Amino acid sequence: MSRLVLLREIAHARSGDKGNCSNVCVFVYDSNHYVVVAEQLTAEYLKRNFGALLTGEITRYELPRLNGFNFVMQNALEGGVNESLNLDGHGKSWSSLILGLEIEICIFEGTV
Amino acid sequence: MARTDTFRIGTGAGFSADRLDPAVDLVERGGLDAIVFECLGERTLAFAYRDRAADPNYGYTPLLERRMRAILPAAIANRVRIVTNMGAANAPRAAKITRDIARQLGLTGIHIAYVEGDDVSQGVGPDTPLWEGMTVREVGRGFIGAHAYLGADALMPALEADAQVIITGRVADPSLFVAPLRHHFGWSGDDWQSLGAGTVVGHLMECAGQITGGYFADPGCKDVDGLARLGFPIAEVQPDGRACITKLDGTGGIVDERTVKEQLLYEVHDPSRYITPDVCADFTSVRIETLARDRIGISGAGGTAAPDSYKLTVAFDGGYLAEAGVSYAGPAAQARAELAGRIVEERMHTVHASNSPLRVDIIGAASLHATTRRYHDEAEDVRLHCVQRVTTAEQAESLLWEVESLLCCGPAGGGGYRGSITPSVVTHSASMARENVTARTEIICV
Repeated sequence: MSRLVLLREIAHARSGDKGNCSNVCVFVYDSNHYVVVAEQLTAEYLKRNFGALLTGEITRYELPRLNGFNFVMQNALEGGVNESLNLDGHGKSWSSLILGLEIEICIFEGTV
Repeated sequence: MARTDTFRIGTGAGFSADRLDPAVDLVERGGLDAIVFECLGERTLAFAYRDRAADPNYGYTPLLERRMRAILPAAIANRVRIVTNMGAANAPRAAKITRDIARQLGLTGIHIAYVEGDDVSQGVGPDTPLWEGMTVREVGRGFIGAHAYLGADALMPALEADAQVIITGRVADPSLFVAPLRHHFGWSGDDWQSLGAGTVVGHLMECAGQITGGYFADPGCKDVDGLARLGFPIAEVQPDGRACITKLDGTGGIVDERTVKEQLLYEVHDPSRYITPDVCADFTSVRIETLARDRIGISGAGGTAAPDSYKLTVAFDGGYLAEAGVSYAGPAAQARAELAGRIVEERMHTVHASNSPLRVDIIGAASLHATTRRYHDEAEDVRLHCVQRVTTAEQAESLLWEVESLLCCGPAGGGGYRGSITPSVVTHSASMARENVTARTEIICV
């Protein structure tokens, strides 16, 4: 059996910026979710959901020792804090937007 | 001589507008050897260059006086060394102001060091290549200045002179922490393993409250108590660079594996190659373990040789950022705000002949990056927010004027106009060979 959950229910995240590049690190709370998130939370999945803004290259670094991923998204900040007209020129909101994506997880007996 | 005890280093500020009271608490009862105030953002220094050009008495961090006045008495009494980049574009002036404050406070026998050499504006010309692919000339904007990110090396003379206060301009953020660690433990400049470990500590600490529960709380998922009295972090560092991150008892916030992991990758690209002027650090081998409540152990960082050039930030005149808004509420509020936005767009073209891109957000319906998603409900309490980047102050005033004129000439029920004009800089990155950058240290006495 499986069900859809918001990534926020199984992971936490933080966003940072360098110029016009945003990075969002995502860590699963439970190491049992690492594989399913690795399979589904891909660069393509981000582009499918935020295609209008994520027009640049997206690199995903995997950190299995820390149960985490680091997404480096080029040209994701409408020019960056120096040039963007977006109120959130730093892209601080990116972590929460990504945590709002859906992930399909398996439900085993005795787990939620 | 190499030391074998634990070095206790705290963070008193993680950005220029950071809180003051957690730093005072740290110097008063943290039992610290040193405290670092990191107050220079990516663009802050460009504004400081401008301030200095307008008046040679300015160009340092605006809150310098208030921070020093609050921190110095306890820092000197408790022998806590202060390391800070609050000098910004004018470290000599910041040092003299600090000296004057120390005198006013009746403190004597203090050595205040300042470090210069990060301002490399003279070494950058129209043909200097930028990382973004063009030259300085091809940017097509007025050149403001260029600064190099100095490393821990630049602070060693001040530490060897036992200065109690060390004031710098641009130094790579982790290096502000690596320098006192390197000095205390006698790490050599090519001890990549130790410098890598020290850089992890510096990177984790440099944003102050971001590792003690700030920039973290998410009610229901990640609850944090006491954010209004957030404690700032302490790193208890061992001679080999292993560390425990903690905070003072009785302060708000939390230090746990989640806060440490999030900060470990904050503003990091390739975690296996975190490059500073001191070392190329490897974060992928870092181990994070809970030692006790609010005590997290850090170990296992790696390091390889530092790059042979410095990173520069090159700043250009960015004109002005003009922002203005009006609010609407009740039935069809969103439709009225959208109508108001179209009116502003039309008039900026027809009346002001403005070609600068105009962004219109309806705050409450969609703003920020959330504009990439669709929200279906019509909002009944929204704010029109118009923003434009322009060349002259007069052009900026035109946008504010147009938005304010909506009060009488726009849709029904618009109120709460506010507008602001902010001078702007644009920055790019470049490289400079190490031999072309020379750090200098001066020491003044109280």
